[in-house]
Amino acid sequence: MKEFVLIFRTSPNPDFNPSPEQAQEMMTSWMNWMGSIAAQDKLASQGSRLGISDAKVVQPNNVVTNGPFTEIKEFINGFIIVKTDSVEDAIAIAKECPMVKGGGGNVEVRRAVSPEDNS
Amino acid sequence: MTSEELIPHLFRTEFTKITAVLCKLFGIEHIQVAEDIAGETFLLALETWSYKGAPENPVAWLYAVAKNKAKNILKRNQTFSKKIQPQLKNSVVTSSEIEIDLSEKNITDSQLQMLFAVCHPSISAEAQISLALRILCGFGIEEIANAFLSNKETINKRLYRAKEKLHHEKVQIEFPSEKEIDKRLDNVLTTLYLLFNEGYYSESSDNILREDLCLEAMRLTYLLIENEQTNLPRVNALLSLMCFHASRFAARKNENGEVVLYQDQDEKLWNAELISKGIFFINKASQGKIISKYHLEASIAYWHTIKADTKEKWESILLLYNQLLQIEYSPVAALNRTFALSKVYGKQEAIKEAEKLQLTNNHYYYTLLGELYKDINNTKAKQYFEAAYSLAKTQTDKRTIKKKIAGL
Repeated sequence: MKEFVLIFRTSPNPDFNPSPEQAQEMMTSWMNWMGSIAAQDKLASQGSRLGISDAKVVQPNNVVTNGPFTEIKEFINGFIIVKTDSVEDAIAIAKECPMVKGGGGNVEVRRAVSPEDNS
Repeated sequence: MTSEELIPHLFRTEFTKITAVLCKLFGIEHIQVAEDIAGETFLLALETWSYKGAPENPVAWLYAVAKNKAKNILKRNQTFSKKIQPQLKNSVVTSSEIEIDLSEKNITDSQLQMLFAVCHPSISAEAQISLALRILCGFGIEEIANAFLSNKETINKRLYRAKEKLHHEKVQIEFPSEKEIDKRLDNVLTTLYLLFNEGYYSESSDNILREDLCLEAMRLTYLLIENEQTNLPRVNALLSLMCFHASRFAARKNENGEVVLYQDQDEKLWNAELISKGIFFINKASQGKIISKYHLEASIAYWHTIKADTKEKWESILLLYNQLLQIEYSPVAALNRTFALSKVYGKQEAIKEAEKLQLTNNHYYYTLLGELYKDINNTKAKQYFEAAYSLAKTQTDKRTIKKKIAGL
């Protein structure tokens, strides 16, 4: 069993204003997707959504800026950690993510390196 | 009540109260002495009352006798009295100096403290339940053996080893500190939940015994709720969950002792009072922001008190299982979630999800697949039911599966 971190990214879309029904639908899709992973006993951590307010970048020489939204087109929305036998299985899970299926975002799949790994 | 009816009725309730107070007094290493005193008290009651008839105040009589027996032991045994009256190490303890407090408050406090002591993580879950049944619920060894489908020797050994372990670990009969209470409470709740399940799912044919197990679990949970420090949302949620499940007790088995599945149950046999109690406690549990697994399970159980197959019911149940599985995975929850999904999105979607589960050692997995394939592909459904049949271990389960095959 290996652990893979799924990092969610979206592009900010100022025209995106979901109606209450759409928002509800998105919530349901998301919960169904998370529930599906959990039902397969492949969820290692629910992770966290990462908030937009209080988002900062700390750089050398005491530079602290807001962001990194103004510099890049996408920002990280959150992450979860799954446990699967292979990266292919983790990718299969990521493909079902509502953000990926519905458009509007992407999922970066990264292996959580354990002491036994060399890669 | 005649003295013959009175004594068994009193035995369960008063035995445990007397034992709890004396255990607290003597310490965990002398649980046996506490049990013996309580036992002898009842023996005396049996002997005396059959001759002279029951006294006007049976409970007061029992308490008076128990107190006297305890005081005699303390007088005669220096080791005992030294433990509870350390300042009198070298003097003889007179009976008037020893107070055995059988007030309502001390009884409740002692029982609560015993509950924490007995549900201690250093002994196995089975041992915790057995000990709770014996000391806190006044069950006889044979009754406990019956409940576990075991025998007296095994239970006696289990109880003996558990008491030795508690003694060895120097477990104190006291309310856990503020630092520890959260974790210890979780342990107690798990044990009470398991105790309830023992009664609910027990294969024992003694229906009254099984119901008693559930009622005892509920009584002990209520003990926690009555105490300010442990009257927490998740405790109320657990009690709510137990009430909802217990409400269907009468409907779950027919006159032949066969299991009646939910969809076939007669709603009129569901206990409305227990359902409303469940609702009461789930409302109390909702005061607060933290959602425990018990909250989710209680909410699911609430939906099952409504037999009608509405979209709202199954959408709610699906969402609840989605949340529950993220907090704590269990194969049962995974299967139930998939069933709920079939009700909301149809069987084809559910089949896709079910095939991801791969719970190949679990007969319920194959039963679910059989149900999902029913009327879509009855050949496959039959294959799955037959796989379930070969994996099923109990007669009850095998019979249920056979009926499903016949229903194809």
